[in-house]
Amino acid sequence: MKDIYMDNNATTMVDSVVVEEMLPYFSEQFGNPSSMHSFGNKVGFALKAARKQVQRLIGAEFESEIVFTSCGSESDSTAILSAIKAQPDRKEIITTVVEHPAVLTLCEFLETEGYTVHKLKVDTKGRLDLDEYRSLLSDKVAVVSVMWANNESGTIFPVEKMADMANEHGVMFHTDAVQAVGKLPIDLENSNIHMLSLSGHKLHAPKGVGVLYLKRGTRFRPLLRGGHQERGRRAGTENVTSIIGLGKACELAMTHMEFENVQVKAMRDRLQEGILSAVPYSFVTGDPENRLPNTASIAFEYIEGEAILLLMNKVGIAASSGSACTSGSLEPSHVMMAMSIPYTAAHGTVRFSLSRYNTMEEVERVVAEIPPIVAKLRKLSPYWKEDGPAENPEQSFAPVYT
Amino acid sequence: MWNYSEKVQEHFFDPKNAGAVDDANATGDVGSLSCGDALRLTLKVNPESEIIEDAGFQTFGCGSAIASSSALTEIIKGKTIDEALEVSNQDIADYLDGLPPEKMHCSVMGREALQAAVADYRGEEWSDDHEEGALICKCFAIDEVMVEETVRSNNLHTVEEVTNFTKAGGGCSSCHEAIEGVLTRVLAEKGESFVAAGIGGAVPAVAATPKESMATGALKRIRLIEKVLDEVRPALQADNGDVELVEVTGKAIYVHLTGACSGCQMAAMTLGGIQQRLIEELGEFVKVLPDTEMPVEIAGA
Ligand SMILES: Cc1ncc(COP(=O)(O)O)c(C=O)c1O
Ligand code: FES
Repeated sequence: MKDIYMDNNATTMVDSVVVEEMLPYFSEQFGNPSSMHSFGNKVGFALKAARKQVQRLIGAEFESEIVFTSCGSESDSTAILSAIKAQPDRKEIITTVVEHPAVLTLCEFLETEGYTVHKLKVDTKGRLDLDEYRSLLSDKVAVVSVMWANNESGTIFPVEKMADMANEHGVMFHTDAVQAVGKLPIDLENSNIHMLSLSGHKLHAPKGVGVLYLKRGTRFRPLLRGGHQERGRRAGTENVTSIIGLGKACELAMTHMEFENVQVKAMRDRLQEGILSAVPYSFVTGDPENRLPNTASIAFEYIEGEAILLLMNKVGIAASSGSACTSGSLEPSHVMMAMSIPYTAAHGTVRFSLSRYNTMEEVERVVAEIPPIVAKLRKLSPYWKEDGPAENPEQSFAPVYT
Repeated sequence: MWNYSEKVQEHFFDPKNAGAVDDANATGDVGSLSCGDALRLTLKVNPESEIIEDAGFQTFGCGSAIASSSALTEIIKGKTIDEALEVSNQDIADYLDGLPPEKMHCSVMGREALQAAVADYRGEEWSDDHEEGALICKCFAIDEVMVEETVRSNNLHTVEEVTNFTKAGGGCSSCHEAIEGVLTRVLAEKGESFVAAGIGGAVPAVAATPKESMATGALKRIRLIEKVLDEVRPALQADNGDVELVEVTGKAIYVHLTGACSGCQMAAMTLGGIQQRLIEELGEFVKVLPDTEMPVEIAGA
């Protein structure tokens, strides 16, 4: 039987149509778009077309607002570092505790360089407190960086509203929309968002290409200086084939937007309902009311995520986990910890992230496979007795931690 | 995905001795903060002979935690408790044909559960004697607490000193930023500040010189090898060990590890680290092997 891929928030399969679109630019039209000869003459047009396709998907007003980069992380770094370099007198940054490491690790580094980083907290459903946010906005803030949708829980933040609030205080607003682009309709022309990051490999384009959207007029300092590529805002010969692939992928995402929000969502809902009704002591993390249509993050209490993934992998199901072990870090996912999910559940979170390539049959297969896997591991767990958690699990098993 | 050995997979997918032993007379509950894993080990010890007649585990943890628990119970069954206490975490890892460096603490947890269970059997209070932190150096599996304590107690000031004392940083060098971070923090406590010793990354002399004739090249090569061994020696001696060059045949460099190093849990990693240094210093790929693996025809010669 074919393996089932439900880890699309990690990365996606490149659509075959996208691959086809890219192929001629490896061997026939391989020229440098900056060159004068005919080997590159079609390349310039293809880049322009790709830029237009991206522009349309995110509703940018001008195509020159699209700056191609190498990945989502580069876009994030470029945006935040640009904002602080362009406004050297502003020494504060506002972000959230649940950002992707692409933003958080950079902000933590900037703290060591003398910046004050305000990390907005989230409640147990992963929601922000906009009053807390409002109270932090001031002319000391160089940039607000808040993700559009969370990669682990799928929770959507009200970034458009937050950008309006920042704008009232004259503060630059960046959003990491890597998980949102292609899954949610986006209209940047009518927003106060100054900068937005997206990454190709999350929407069926290849890995190694991203975009920084830069609203016209936003003060900017490039990360890479050098050639005139991207109007001098990102030097370096363009990753032509991938950019062309990304353009095509954006066009496809546009045509599949409704499918994503109806059919994919229906599969996600069935998956979630099927698992929750069959597995006791499991629950959804994040904000089910404001969530990406493709994501379901489910916590299985009293067992550990990596062990679950290994058993799932054995039956051909791919997903990911917020457990400490899978990330090789100390703590279980910072996103789960931020939502105050108890530690015996945070370690057992599994993120299912679907795409338009999944089918309802696959969903049913997963719904059938998960309960025995969870049961097998619970039998091994010191927190579990026969068919339920041990009484007062945290007390009946209280190991000496070292 | 982690690179788990067949043996780890076997013990994870089909664990031995899962569940609590029915009439257990010893229980050890331990957890590892560094992974959130936790383990309960129950033993049935014969009060006359002190032989562990049965052992069972319950584990809240990842694949290697479950596999380590399963391996531990297999190893100790039939042993007396004194014999069982001789089992090191490296024995558990070896039984599983090795664990990734990030996962070595799973085997440590197994050993600690055993100590805790024995303490419980003897009516003693068990307290843990080591702390664990985030893994800083992947090449040598050295964690932050270890680096920090060594810096503090030996009054270290440079990355190079840290490498000499702990081995951390002696391989690929990608952890140097993190080591500098620890130095900066610890030195700041004393009101000092960390000063980098130059730009780092000294180019090995051999890389700069043009290729030489085989004859002089071979001698130079041996000298370079000796030089590298001299550099790692202080770190080994800090662990009461030592290293000697035994033979060089082509790409294979045989060394003799002595003292604490020969059986120490880091033996394989020590060799790996020396190998990395030699590759960098010689500018060519070489393999560092223990003299015990030397083919007879060379050893005999
Ligand atoms: C929210 C978010 N931001 C940034 C990134 C990083 O993107 P990239 O892998 O293209 O650098 C990811 C992907 O893992 C993500 O999920
Ligand atoms: S990680 Fe420390 S030397 Fe390689």
